[in-house]
Parts: sequence; structure tokens; C-alpha cells
Amino acid sequence: MIRAIRACKTAAEERAVVRKECAAIRAAISENDQDYRHRNLAKLMFIHMLGYPTHFGQMECLKLIAHPGFPEKRIGYLGLMLLLDERQEVLMLVTNSIKQDLNHTNQYIVGLALCALGNICSAEMARDLAPEVERLLQFRDPNIRKKAALCSIRIIKKVPELAENFMTPAAALLKEKHHGVLLTGVQLCTDMCKVSPEALEYFRKKCIDGLVKVLKDLSNSPYAPEYDVSGITDPFLHVRLLKLLSVLGQGDADTSDVMNDILAQVATKTESNKNAGNAILYECVATIMNIEDNSGLRVLAINILGRFLSSRDNNIRYVALNMLMKAISLDSQAVQRHRATILECVKDSDASIRKRALELVYLLVNESNVKSLTKDLIDYLEVSDTEFKGDLTSKICSIVEKFSPEKLWYIDQMLKVLSEAGNFVKDEVWHSLIVVITNASNLHGYSVRSLYKAVQTASEQETLIRVTVWCIGEYGEMLVNNSGVLDMEDPITVTEADAVDVVETAIGRHSSDLTTQAMCLTTLLKLSSHFPTCSKRINDIISQYKGSLVLELQQRAMEFNSVIEKHSRIRSSLVERMPVLDEATYSGRRAGSVPTDVSTSKGAPLKLPNGVTNPTSAPLIDLLDLSSDDNPMASPSDGNFLQDLLGVDLSPAPSQQGTNQTQKSGADVLLDLLSIGTPPDQSSSPALDIISSDQNGKSSVDLLNTLVPPSAQASPLGSSSVMNLLDGFGSNPNLPVAKGNGPAYPSIVAFESSSLKATFSFSKESGNPQTTVIEAQFTNKSPNVFTNFLFQAAVPKFLQLQLDPASSNTLPASGNGSITQKLRVSNSQHGKKSLIMRMRISYKVNDKDILEEGQVSNFPRDL
Amino acid sequence: MIHFVLLISRQGKVRLTKWYSPYTQKERTKVIRELSGLILTRGPKLCNFVEWRGYKVVYKRYASLYFCMCIDQDDNELEVLEIIHHFVEILDRYFGSVCELDLIFNFHKAYYILDEVLIAGELQESSKKTVARLIAAQDSLVEAAKEQASSISNMIAQATK
Repeated sequence: MIRAIRACKTAAEERAVVRKECAAIRAAISENDQDYRHRNLAKLMFIHMLGYPTHFGQMECLKLIAHPGFPEKRIGYLGLMLLLDERQEVLMLVTNSIKQDLNHTNQYIVGLALCALGNICSAEMARDLAPEVERLLQFRDPNIRKKAALCSIRIIKKVPELAENFMTPAAALLKEKHHGVLLTGVQLCTDMCKVSPEALEYFRKKCIDGLVKVLKDLSNSPYAPEYDVSGITDPFLHVRLLKLLSVLGQGDADTSDVMNDILAQVATKTESNKNAGNAILYECVATIMNIEDNSGLRVLAINILGRFLSSRDNNIRYVALNMLMKAISLDSQAVQRHRATILECVKDSDASIRKRALELVYLLVNESNVKSLTKDLIDYLEVSDTEFKGDLTSKICSIVEKFSPEKLWYIDQMLKVLSEAGNFVKDEVWHSLIVVITNASNLHGYSVRSLYKAVQTASEQETLIRVTVWCIGEYGEMLVNNSGVLDMEDPITVTEADAVDVVETAIGRHSSDLTTQAMCLTTLLKLSSHFPTCSKRINDIISQYKGSLVLELQQRAMEFNSVIEKHSRIRSSLVERMPVLDEATYSGRRAGSVPTDVSTSKGAPLKLPNGVTNPTSAPLIDLLDLSSDDNPMASPSDGNFLQDLLGVDLSPAPSQQGTNQTQKSGADVLLDLLSIGTPPDQSSSPALDIISSDQNGKSSVDLLNTLVPPSAQASPLGSSSVMNLLDGFGSNPNLPVAKGNGPAYPSIVAFESSSLKATFSFSKESGNPQTTVIEAQFTNKSPNVFTNFLFQAAVPKFLQLQLDPASSNTLPASGNGSITQKLRVSNSQHGKKSLIMRMRISYKVNDKDILEEGQVSNFPRDL
Repeated sequence: MIHFVLLISRQGKVRLTKWYSPYTQKERTKVIRELSGLILTRGPKLCNFVEWRGYKVVYKRYASLYFCMCIDQDDNELEVLEIIHHFVEILDRYFGSVCELDLIFNFHKAYYILDEVLIAGELQESSKKTVARLIAAQDSLVEAAKEQASSISNMIAQATK
């Protein structure tokens, strides 16, 4: 059969042969053919190896194992190990056969059973058969003892609490002379130490002297042909003994002291010209690093690593780099000495070595060497492979960000990286570059000029273009006027037309994606105001995109066009420079700080009129884009744009004042709050009230009731903007002005017990009827304060649930406050099935854990 | 510990697989596909270690066969290289200068040998002689059983004649 399969030229032929064989085997199985059973199973294993399904043969294995003869059992066990794994139910059936075989008189059959048990046993089998294995650890034949020892490893890994049963027999194994048993015994002890601290203590006390002696004998032993590997007696045993010593010595100074001498001896005496010797040295170094401090040994170890590092063998260099990563936490000075060599390794042709070395360099960087290391890395970036560039750039970027001594340097380095490998730079990296640039007010001119120069030479780097375009939009006039020149700068002359050229080429590039093109349009709008001479030309470029097939571009182009043509009065104020982005908030958000995350994810879709979702998901670009392009979008509504824009201000504001406010709000968006940071004297205070009171945790429904009068008085536009705003918060069932925002839903009491009440109120996101935003509000009816309050919810498959963080985890007593938590539920069967949810609430009262559960099925229909 | 042992030919055909950690059939094929893509493309002078899904794969090429073993992050790579060599030498002694065809047609024997070298992903025996002795003893047991069976069937055949 093997021959037939090998003769097959195509995969189809092979499949046909395998199918035929499988059919024959199945037929034989159903006829219960005794004579050919083992041959069939052998065939089946071959088929299995080729990756075809063979589950029908599993029972055959069991039959063969139950057969009394050795050949049948041998093939049966082999099949068992290959065709089955520990997760199959069938395996339970074999437990009994294995048990019998473990007690068999033929030691080879016992060996087979142990081998199978060691390779595939499950936790249940481990429990059932542990006593047998334990007994076999004292079997007279050493070959069985060693198999039993390895089997025990598997057993204690599966069921750690069995470890203590094996402690004494394992210790006895360490006194063996037979290398196989000793080897496996040492391994068993190592693994036991890992799962059980008691075992660790036990071995530390009882066995350490014996182990040291064994290792000493071994390393002093004369030539032993049976165990010799290239001149070293049994390197495997060496390595395993060292590993056990390392586990025993870790965190225990006395034990570490005992092994000092022998470690020094192994480290100095072992020959390092062959792989086997190096393996021992490597393990020895690892042990020295792991055990308690001994400076003399450490020096020795670092020297060995230094020798490894300069070796020509790639394997050795790889392990050296690997070990230096561990060493750096202990003695970074010693590792710093090898910096030059390590830096060479970053440029190696071998991907594995490069990766290791890069990680090591990353750890090596500190304030003092950051400049030289970064320079080297960036130089190398020019010549490195494409597949390595991604890793390399991300590491450089994080080094530069983490250690940059000054902003000028940071901008310079990032510029280099962007122009070398801009296509590999992640979004958040260039976002943060922009944040840094806006904050460095004295460097605005310098940045925009260097970017301009860079983009002339490296015009294929997407992110470089984005940053350049953004900066030209913001600081275009500084580019042209040469203002804010630094001393070391070469003066350049750029005309307004040149600057527009850059943007025009950028927007026209085939490879530019939507984000870049959209940014270009925004920049053009800004330039049209800054560079009056080019205004006509810019308008032409923008007009070209009025016919764009991409909705986002088309919309922007239309709106910008009308801003330029019809609303020149407000244009200049619209395109004022962006407010300085707050660095702290930005980094805070990147660190994943919860409240700002919530606000941006809520804020972004809200502020986009017409349901356009911005293609980029990164929060910053949303904000950058939005706060610059929202103004014009709204401006056609004749000065009332603020209402649309941020949904805050209820009264029509003069455009100038409005713009200022936009800017402020824009900045506040970045700061926090669902874009409602408005000066107190603005008429938006009702809206503000809603929010603040919401956050104070009062019942929002009630509040909204009181709010009805003011918002109803406002113009329709105004009130709908309140709605827009409230959409983000949910809960406006009683508001009469719900028109245009989809139907409103009554809130429900989702859960009520003697001590707790949960109210759900609902709202829909505009343009997405499937998603419901539920605001859950929890009130405490009992006289005790609830702490560690945790609300959990589960929904059936057709729903998707997303829980936002709760407003707090402490619920004041007697209804004196509440916790609110927002849930988003998307109903994939919207209109067919209504929502349903199970919930579980846990909290602590007077240090006692309480758990309440309930099912909510009284959701309003059509959610 | 060793999570699995893989023997793949230069053409990417699987010659032997042994899994010491549970993987479903689907995962197994995926692992094999990924690793053969990763390992077979590496040049001859590069180091024998590949980092893969948080594990390390140590591989070594013998003629047209790649012997791969997947180990934990903190295991000793050099030693695993030595284990591979140990296994290959034992195969070599058993088959008498082993070649790929030996392993294809006698794959079950290769498995028997592997079972004498590794159990539960750990090395079992560091002496090649001992392994050879154990395998020989078990083979002779099988032979004896076969002879017995054939002599019995002969007797039955004669008796029924």
C-alpha cells in the first residue's frame, strides 16, 4: 500500500488510493478479521500520518491491546498513541487493559503500557493508575523504572496533588547508578519541584549533597564509551542535573552555596569546541544566573556568554543572546560591554538571531546610550530586509518615545524613521508625533520645513505624507515665511505654490488611502485661506473630488467647496490653527484609561452627521479630522452649526464666537467629557446639567422630565441636537421632542429584590437600528453600603453584548445614589426577536459576599 | 518538555509525527503546514532554532529529512539538538545507515525506537546501546510469536490434510 501511495503522482490519485484502502480496512473491521488486524492498523496509521481521518480504527486499537500476544499489543499500543489523544472518550475504555498490562509478568508488555500511559494519559487515567506506576518505580528491571519515572512526570503534571505520593520513591531514584534511571529520576524531581513547593523543600533538604556528588563524579568520570558524546560523558545527564540544581538553588542561599564549587568546576572544565559541551556550559550559565547571588560565578558566566557571542556558530550566538536577556536584569553593566557585538547581531542574515538581538538591544537602551544606539538602528533600517522592517521600526519608535532627551531630537529621529520606513509605522506612532509637534511651539516651523524636505525625497511613505500634509495645513505659512528658523537649519525658499504642489501630488497618488486623501482635502481648505494667491487653484483641486466615488471624499469636497465659495466670512475663523493637543491626555488614552476611551468611542460617531463613519478607527485621527472638518460640514446651516457640531449649544451663536467655541470644545473632546466642555455662560447649561447630573448618579429619567420645558422651547434644530447628545447617554423616554431620532422606548425595571433595584433605559444609535444602548441604573434599597459591586450579563447567541465600565463599584445605602453602567446590545435578528438577558449581580455587604441573579425578559419589543 | 516531534522531507511530506501535547487533527495539519513553510525555506548556514507561537522549534537536517522538535521557551536548545542527533544515531545503527525510504516503509519501527528514546516529551535513555538492546529484545519476541503462530498453523494445516 505504501508503495501504491508513493507511486501516486497527484493528490487526487493519492486520495483515491487512500479511499480504497480505507474501504478495505473498514470491511475487514466489520468482518472482525483476526489475522490481518494488526496489518490493517499499521496501514491505518500510515494513512493517519498523511492527514486523513481514521477515527473508525480507534476501536481496533483497543481490541489489539486486549489481545494476549506481544506483537498484537505492540502494534495496538502504537496505534493507540498515534490515533488517539487524551481528550477522546474512547480512551477511558482502555484504562482497564492498561491496568492489567501494568501488572503483566512480561516486562516488555509492562514497558509498552507505561509508554502509552506516559504519552497520552488523561487526568482521570492518571488518578486511576497512579498506584500502579508508583509501585513500578521500585521494579527490579531498570528499564521499567525509568519508564515509570517518566510516566510519573506526566501524572503529576496532569494531577499535581499526587506529587507527594511520589516524593520518596523519586528521591530513591536519585541514588541509582543506572544512567537511564538517574536521568529520568532527576527529571521527575525537577518537575515535582515545579508543581509542589513541599517537594522542593524536601529535595532541598535530603538530596542536594547527593546531587552535587553525582554531578562531581560525572564530570570527573573517565571515558565511558556507552554514554560518550564527542568526548563528554552523558551530556544529557549533565544538563538535567544542572537544571535540577538551578530549581533547587533558586531563592535559597544555603543550597546555592553548596553547589558553588561544582558549578565553577563545570563552567571551567567543560570543553567548548563541540555542541554537547556547549549545551552543558549553556545550562551551567543558566543555573548560575538562576541561583542566589555569587558575584564570582556571575563574572565567569558572563565571560562564557561573551565567548559564545563571538563564536562563529549561529546556534551558539543565538543561545548567548537568549541568555543575555536574562542576565541583563542581574548585571546590565556587564551586558553593556557587549553592546557593539549585539548590535552587529541585529544586522545578521538569520531572522531568529536578528529578532533575539533586537529584543536585547531594546532592553539595553538607557538615557546615556539612546542617541548612538538609535543612530545605528536607523542607519541599519535603510538596508534591512522588508520583512524585518516592521519589527525594527516599531522597536525604534518605542525606544525613541521612551528615552528621547529632547523634542527636537525626537522629531528628527521620527522623521528619519518615517522617511525610511513610513509604510511600516503604526498609526499611534505618527499620531503621537503630531501631538509632540503641536506641543513644541518653537519647533513648528522647523518641523514643517524638515517634513517638506523629507517628502521631496521619500514620496512613497504613506505616514510621512500624512504627517507632512497635516503640518502644512497647520503651519503652512511658516513654511513659506521661513519663520522660527533654528540656528542649524539651512534656509530654504518655498513658495505657496510649492506647498500646494506637495498636497496635490499626495492626494493624487494612487497608493494614497482614504485617510490620507481626506487629510489632504482638509489641508487644502486650510491653505486656501492662508494662501490667498493659490485659492483659485485649490478650489479647482477640491472641485475635482466632488465627483469622487468615495462618500467621505465627495462629502468633504462638496462642503469645503461651498465653504470657499459661499462662506468666506467664516472661513478664516474656521481654519484657524488647531488647539494644542494635550500630551498627557493623549498618552493617558493610549495607556487605555477607561473614561477617555468611553468618551471617544461615544463621541466620534455622534459628531459625524449623515451617519458617515470615519474610516480610521484610531481615536486621535478621528478627533484631528473631526475638529477640523466638522465646522465646514455644519456651516451650510447658516451659523447654527454649533448645534450640529457638538450638539451642545442651544442658541444660535455668531459665527466668530462659535468658532472659538468649536476650538475649545475640540480641545475638550480630547480632554474628556462627551464633547460638552463649554464655558459656563453659554446657553448650553441645560444640556450640561443633564450630563453632570447623570454623572452624579441621580435618576436621569426624572431629570429629563424637568428638562422638557427648556428644550421644548428651543428651536426644533436645537432640541434635536439635544437628542443627538442624549443618544450617547440613552434614556429620554419622556421627552416629547424625540422626532427624527427613531422611536423612544419606555424604561423598565429589569430586576428588583428586597435590597436592590435595577432600571434599564434604552436608546438607539442613529443609523444603526440593530444596536441598542442600555443604561442600567442600580439603586440600593437596603440600609447598608454595597461594595465591590459587579454587574454581569449574558445574552443568547443572536445578540452581542458589550459592557462599558460601571460608574463606580460602591453603591451608597438607602437609595442615596446609584451606579450606572452602559451596555450595548446588537441584535442580529432585529425585528424578529426581542431582547432577552440574564444577569448576575455580586457585591459585598458588611464583608459578606452576596450574589443575585435574574432574567430580564420584559424588554420593550422591537429593540 | 518536547511538545511534538516532526519529521518532514524536503518536499514538505510528513514522515513521522509524534505529539506529546494534545492537538486536534485540524491543529496538527495547521502546525505542520506552518512549520514546513517556516523551516524548509531557511538557508543552510542559519541557526537551527525558529521561534514559533511562543515556543521554539529546534530542527536539524539530515540528508533530505528535517527532524524538528518543538520545545518550551526556557528549554535548552543545544541539548535538544543533541537529542535529535542521539535519535538519528540510534536509527542509523538499527537500520544500518538509515535513509528516508527506511523510515517510510518501516515507519512503525521508527516509532518503536522513538518510544524507547522519549516518553511524555522527555528523554528516557542516554545510552544508544541500551535502546538498541531493548528494541532487539522486543523484535525477537515478535519473531518468536510469529514463528510459533506459523508452526501452529502448519500443524493445523497438516492435521486437516
